[in-house]
Amino acid sequence: MKNDVLKLGGVNFTNRLFTGTGKFAANALIPKMLAASGSQMITVALRRIDTTTHSENILDYIPKDVILLPNTSGARTAEQAVRIARIAREAGCGDFIKIEVITDMKYLMPDNWETLKATEILAKEGFIVLPYVLPDLPLAKRLEAAGAAAVMPLGAPIGTNRGLETKPLLELLIENCTIPVVVDAGIGRPSQAAAAMEMGADAVLVNTAIATAKDPVAMGRAFDMAVKAGRIAYLAELASQSGVARASSPLTGFLD
Amino acid sequence: MEIIVNGLKETTLPCSIAEFVANKGLAPGALVVELNQQIIKQQQWQAIQLKEDDQLELLSFVGGG
Repeated sequence: MKNDVLKLGGVNFTNRLFTGTGKFAANALIPKMLAASGSQMITVALRRIDTTTHSENILDYIPKDVILLPNTSGARTAEQAVRIARIAREAGCGDFIKIEVITDMKYLMPDNWETLKATEILAKEGFIVLPYVLPDLPLAKRLEAAGAAAVMPLGAPIGTNRGLETKPLLELLIENCTIPVVVDAGIGRPSQAAAAMEMGADAVLVNTAIATAKDPVAMGRAFDMAVKAGRIAYLAELASQSGVARASSPLTGFLD
Repeated sequence: MEIIVNGLKETTLPCSIAEFVANKGLAPGALVVELNQQIIKQQQWQAIQLKEDDQLELLSFVGGG
C-alpha cells in the first residue's frame, strides 16, 4: 500500500482525493481544508474581473505544493476551452487542465463532442488533459487515443450531491480504460466517494460536498478517510456476495 | 480613444497597460491580462501602449470546481 501512487502527467499523487475551490464561504477555509484532507490537487476557474469589486487572489490561498488544476468552465465550445487553457498556462498555472465544456445550462451536462475536440488540440500542445465527460465508453477510448491523461466521468450532475447515479456506466469505463478514471461531480457524501474507490476508480474530485458542508475542514478529512478506505478495500479485493446466508460460526449445537 | 475592456467600450487617454491597471485601482498580482487575444505578462505591462480599438481582457482566477 505504501507505494500506491497515482501517476498523472509525470506527477505521483499519494492522495486520491482531488478538491475544488468553488463555493467556500471564505477563501481562508481552503488551505485549512487542504491540510485536513491531504488533497494534492485543486481546481480553480478563470473569469473576467468585475473592475468595481475586484478583490483577492484565490491562488494566494493555495499552498505551493498543491497542484493547480485550472478548469475551462464557462467555455461553450472547444475553441473557447483551448483559449482558456492557454491563458491558464501562460498565467503560471502549470500544464494540468480540466476540460469542461458545457452547453446545457439546466443540467450542466458536459458536451462530450466539444470536449473531445479540445482534448485533441491541448494534448498535442503538451497539456496534461483531464476531460470532464458523461461516462461513455467509446468516447473514453477516443479521449485515450487523443492523449488525455485521465478521464473524468460524472457520477451525477454538478453540485447535486446525488452520488453515483451513473454507476453501471462508470464500471464500464473503469474496466476498459487504460488511463486513470477520476469520478468527478455529483459525489455528495464520503460513503459515495468510498463506493467509487471500491469499484476501482483511480481518484475522485469533490468540491460542493466539502465546500458547502457546515464544517468544510472536517468534511475534507472525512472524504480523505473514505477515499483511503475505498482504495484499500479495492486493492484488498472484496469478498463475494451470496443469496443465502453462510455461517461465520460453526453451525453445530453449542454442546454437541 | 476608445478600447474594448472585457467586452465593453471604454474611453481612455493613451497609456500603457500598467498605467491603465493602476488607474482602475486593480491589484496587479491577482490579474491576468490578454490584449487582442495575446497573453501579456506583467513584466511587459509597462512597455506596451494601448491603441485605439484594442481589445483588453482583464481576468483573474476564482473559485471553481
